[in-house]
Amino acid sequence: MGKVMVIKDDELYSIARIANIDFALRDPNTARLIINKDRVIETNTVKGLTVSSEEIKDGVKINISLAPETKVENPVHLCFGVTHKKAIQRIVLDIEIGENSQIVIFSHCVFPNAIDVKHIMDAKIKIGKGATYSYLERHIHSEEGGVTVIPKSRITLKEGARLKTEFELLSGRVGNIDMDYETVSEKNSVMEMTARIDGKGKDIIKIREVGNLVGESSRGVLTSRVAVRDKARAEIYNKLVATAPYARGHVDCKEIIQGDAVASAIPIVEVANPKARITHEASIGSVDAKQLQTLMSRGLTEEEATGLIIEGLLS
Amino acid sequence: MAILEIKNLTLSLNGSPILSNINSSFSEGYIHAIVGPNGAGKTTLGYVIMGIEGFRNFDGDILFKGESIKNLSVTERARKGITLAWQEPARFEGLTVEKFIMSSAKEKKLEVVREVLTKVGMEPEEYIGRAVDETLSGGERKKIELASILAMKPSLAILDEPDSGIDIASIENIFEAIKLLKSNGTTTILITHSLAVLKRAERALLLCNGYIVREGSVNEIIKYFGKKCLPCVHKNEPEDFDLKKDESRVK
Repeated sequence: MGKVMVIKDDELYSIARIANIDFALRDPNTARLIINKDRVIETNTVKGLTVSSEEIKDGVKINISLAPETKVENPVHLCFGVTHKKAIQRIVLDIEIGENSQIVIFSHCVFPNAIDVKHIMDAKIKIGKGATYSYLERHIHSEEGGVTVIPKSRITLKEGARLKTEFELLSGRVGNIDMDYETVSEKNSVMEMTARIDGKGKDIIKIREVGNLVGESSRGVLTSRVAVRDKARAEIYNKLVATAPYARGHVDCKEIIQGDAVASAIPIVEVANPKARITHEASIGSVDAKQLQTLMSRGLTEEEATGLIIEGLLS
Repeated sequence: MAILEIKNLTLSLNGSPILSNINSSFSEGYIHAIVGPNGAGKTTLGYVIMGIEGFRNFDGDILFKGESIKNLSVTERARKGITLAWQEPARFEGLTVEKFIMSSAKEKKLEVVREVLTKVGMEPEEYIGRAVDETLSGGERKKIELASILAMKPSLAILDEPDSGIDIASIENIFEAIKLLKSNGTTTILITHSLAVLKRAERALLLCNGYIVREGSVNEIIKYFGKKCLPCVHKNEPEDFDLKKDESRVK
């Protein structure tokens, strides 16, 4: 059983409620780390999981390590909150997952009042041999579009490791996002990175995801689902490189544009081994006419039908 | 009483005549069939009735319950009670069967979604959380689309090739659903070139090269089709579609 550090602080519960993780605060068996701007306001760990943090200028440096052969039963909640209207939050994250371990981390990025908030993440993640690591990012932003998110991750997958990442904006405006994730996958490892983002107003979405399949029979899928409307811009750069025999990969990018929005997709596949294979598909356009007409023939307006189609695409 | 009347409807696409001087009426509460060979204009007529984009610029008029719907959008027609099931249903990435059916349903209740899925022979628990995408077969999507129409409870349902892509074991589910639509008071138009589907109808209309060749009971149409359409004697000339001449040919 873990050790609970109780802080009587309204800001803790306020952030937890917005992130929809207040249930986790009452559970000693759920590991968590909750930060507001540059202060750690609550932590809890479970057996085999070590979480240490250090407050640095404008942010927090976090080290997370999971002992080998450890399965963390409940998802771990990392909550990076900024309740201020204007702030910079820097997170330096170092994660090491021991051999044959399993962990699911929900990363809640909560910026509900942001007018000018910058969240900068610099992560280094090592996933040990045979380990499984899921990092599911859930963002809650203000409606003002005043958030700038710059996450950068460098991830190494050892032999037989599995990685799953998801980036999803649950509510509010994107603002400005500039994501940069890169993986190196060793033998028999499996990597799956997915981003789902809905941009509007003058939002700017830049996604750079690169997967290097360097190990024999390593596999990787990069998936992007982006919808942009109004004057939003999206630029998706997905690159998969296979240099080992039997490496398999797929790049799948779909973008829907409406109004004056502009989207671009740059899928790059690079294969340097005759026994490797990578495929890609990319599409950019308005909502599919047949989907639209089907829903409209059931009585939905064009706006309702479009909303439902985009909701499905981003779900 | 006619729920739908088509008056002097002529449609050309890219300069080519597709439907020529169509006049017909569809009685309320009946199961109608529009039959004819490939390329006859059956699906196009269905799109025109529904008001699908690209099929709205026609001469003539369409009356639904006595009122012209010519200038109404697809949504407006649907809200008056008209709907269409496509020959090849659309795929919706990520949109669950539950949300898809619920979006059409007159009563937005989960129990309605379960009920209509069961009626088309699908196990609700197996399908309700799945996406209406390429992970489902064309036949499964077809049944889900039909389920959504049952949930909508329309006044007029146009079903384009309702048996296409449906396996033999499921075909009876489709026919049961068509019967159910009728028992709910829905007038149904089956667009088909299948004899098995045609036999489920009560009245039929034979289209060939964009013209109505014949209208009548299903038996009359089957008889006429067998005698006059195999091989086809029509050459897309108006005089070929003179019903009086056709009468004498059949005799």
